Amino acid sequence: MAKLLNQCLDWIASWVGGSLPDDSLLGYVLAALIYVALLLGLVATSALIFIWLERKVSGRIQDRLGPTRVGGKFGWLQTLADGMKLLTKEDLVPGDADKMLFRLAPYISFCASLAAFIALPFAGRDFPFVAQHLNIAVFFVLAVMGLEVFGVILAGYASASKWSLFGAMREAAQVVSYEVPMGLCVVVPVMLAGSMDLVFLGDKQQGWFTNWYLFHDPFTFLVFWVYFTCGVASVNRAPFDLAEAESELVAGFHTEYSGLRWSFFFMAEYGSMLAVSILAAILFLGGWNGPIPIAGLLGLTWENGPVLGYLGNFLGMINVIAKGFLLVTVMIWVRWTLPRLRIDQVMTTCLKYCTPLAAVMFVGAALWHTTLPDRVFLGLLQAPEVNRRLTERLPDHSLDVQAIEQGTIAQGDAL
Amino acid sequence: MSSAATNVIELDVRTDEMLVNMGPQHPSTHGVLRLVLRTDGEVVSEVMPHIGYLHRCAEKIGENLTPRQYIPYTDRMDYLAGMNMNVGWALTVEKLMGLEVPEKGRHLRVIISELGRIASHLVGMGAYGLDLGSFSPFLYAFREREKILDLFEEVCGARLTYSYLTVGGATADFPPGWIDKCLAFLDQFVPVIDEYHTLLTTNSIFIRRTAGIGVMPGEMAIDYGCSGPVLRGSGVNWDLRRDGEPIYTSMYEGYDWEVVCQTNGQYPSVYTAPNVPTEAVLGDCWHRFYVRMLEVVQAISLVRQGIEKYRTAEGDFGQPVKLTQKLPVGETYLETECPRGQMGFGIVSDGSAIPWRARARSSSFANLSVVPDLCQGCLIADVPAIVGSLDLVMGEIDR
Repeated sequence: MAKLLNQCLDWIASWVGGSLPDDSLLGYVLAALIYVALLLGLVATSALIFIWLERKVSGRIQDRLGPTRVGGKFGWLQTLADGMKLLTKEDLVPGDADKMLFRLAPYISFCASLAAFIALPFAGRDFPFVAQHLNIAVFFVLAVMGLEVFGVILAGYASASKWSLFGAMREAAQVVSYEVPMGLCVVVPVMLAGSMDLVFLGDKQQGWFTNWYLFHDPFTFLVFWVYFTCGVASVNRAPFDLAEAESELVAGFHTEYSGLRWSFFFMAEYGSMLAVSILAAILFLGGWNGPIPIAGLLGLTWENGPVLGYLGNFLGMINVIAKGFLLVTVMIWVRWTLPRLRIDQVMTTCLKYCTPLAAVMFVGAALWHTTLPDRVFLGLLQAPEVNRRLTERLPDHSLDVQAIEQGTIAQGDAL
Repeated sequence: MSSAATNVIELDVRTDEMLVNMGPQHPSTHGVLRLVLRTDGEVVSEVMPHIGYLHRCAEKIGENLTPRQYIPYTDRMDYLAGMNMNVGWALTVEKLMGLEVPEKGRHLRVIISELGRIASHLVGMGAYGLDLGSFSPFLYAFREREKILDLFEEVCGARLTYSYLTVGGATADFPPGWIDKCLAFLDQFVPVIDEYHTLLTTNSIFIRRTAGIGVMPGEMAIDYGCSGPVLRGSGVNWDLRRDGEPIYTSMYEGYDWEVVCQTNGQYPSVYTAPNVPTEAVLGDCWHRFYVRMLEVVQAISLVRQGIEKYRTAEGDFGQPVKLTQKLPVGETYLETECPRGQMGFGIVSDGSAIPWRARARSSSFANLSVVPDLCQGCLIADVPAIVGSLDLVMGEIDR
């Protein structure tokens, strides 16, 4: 992208007799700005939609209508109206609060949640739709999303409220519980694909839904649900919403927040929900490969030229976002159905049940992968030809590592 | 599931205890209860309830009004079961005056107060879901409660403070067609109870949060003067509708019902409900909740029987009592089985129309008094679970 921009700028510059090198900083800055705008747009719009969805779904679950007035019959603009209301609210900082940290905390949460999207691809193949193509994307996303917890802990500490402090301490206890099994779950698809590159992981599941890692073997099928449970815990949603536990801690870590700062926590929560869901979609649900390979059947592939390839990618992007939204809807559904766990029960669930389960599933999947390498759909089917061809076509990572070590290619250009 | 965390003393980590105010403005203290928690991390070492935020001098007002004028004030004590409060006060006055309510009025009172019990237990159940972080059961409970309130509105025009049952009987008879509406409501309500059981009673997280938490043995419940579902949840077979004074028990004469209480490890089999999970210990939060759920089924059966009897009953719905009817000299006290427990009213009369002394004995007050004991060493998250399972109404405690 940056190089393309530089080439365009070079072409423009040539009108006035100037020139611009391929690796000019200008192109990189412009590219970054475009990515940021796109991702911010995606996260903010999704948050708007999710909040609306949450109200509508919870309304329907609870035999109510949810918002019906603002923005027409279905209350489309309710979230926007709420956002405006939040903007006009007084920005209150408690007298005893650590003012700097108090003001900083929501942004840390929001930035961490947003930063995860840098490495999340929305379509793959020859021209992946991703802000920064990383060959350790899985690791990056998990690490960055883990930072969100700092915002919560800071908010709880800086608020100078006992309830907030309880929320922060709970979050700290929770984070050490869910991160372990979540990491173990994520390792399973990484192991199957042999790469931490999310683009590669998604492309590996090309073809019919039988190729999804969810259906790779019984172990991955189970591990997906463990991942989803931990994912719900990682975004502080019921039944794991202990950090804000309304009936116990008033509002937990954001008790003292108001107005826009509070809404940043809100946006961060919904952003993380989407990030966790999209990660799940790419790792287990085939990413941009729909249940039926419509793009492939219609010939929207890169082999048939860039235009059709882009169209296929757009279709893939819709797929990723649709899967993400679906998983978010499930989270909303769960939230309005289940009671909340207690903090010791959360730790028990994550450490005593999810961690051993994920570990066993990891070993199981590894054994399956070594003994029955070419089986898909719970081991019932022979892997189709397309998978094997794909694996041959995609670059070998060990070569990249060697090349980086030898200094023949730069780290960013690997893959 | 063992009970909450035990008090672990960590010698190498020195931490301070923290005093936290839970309430009077707190989402799960059901009104204006204030609990001061002494906590060590998440473990609560001491709970001190503070009451009085809703004190409205109800007893003193009773010394300035005639008994019939006082009826609206009883509504406002336990505002979730106004009908049952009305009947409690009315019966006390009737006991003092030696008044007997006609047959029809008696069955009308049973129908109305059992409907009131259903409405009250629905709030208790829904709010308990909220306390445990489950939002939807609350709305489901209120959906059904609204239908009962519609029925109440039809008989007396009010939805919260009814003042419907009064000294001598009721202020009016059921309007035409009301009985059929009531039966229609009951028919559609019965299957809904299964939804509640699915969402809460048998939900595995709900069981984990309530079973084995806040265990109160029967003797302890008796010692603290607990009553109602709190007492029966501890396995004490005691219900004033059966064991009370004749003037109250005669109301339920001829009715076929059983006290909801676990005796010999068994709940009465006439009221169908899911089985008791193995984790539940008699006297824990789960059992208190379960008793309430079973009492809803019991109340439905009582309403049905009441309607049958009402249809064929002789006499009027009530017997007129003058607003300024002089009371006989004397002192009387009567407890009735309200949804939350034994609500007692006492009157001392010097012969005038206005009681010399009016007294209300609150069941929630006695039920609240066990909180410091039950919450010893539990986790913060268990405090709402325990307090919620007692189903307190502050209006009744503070009066």
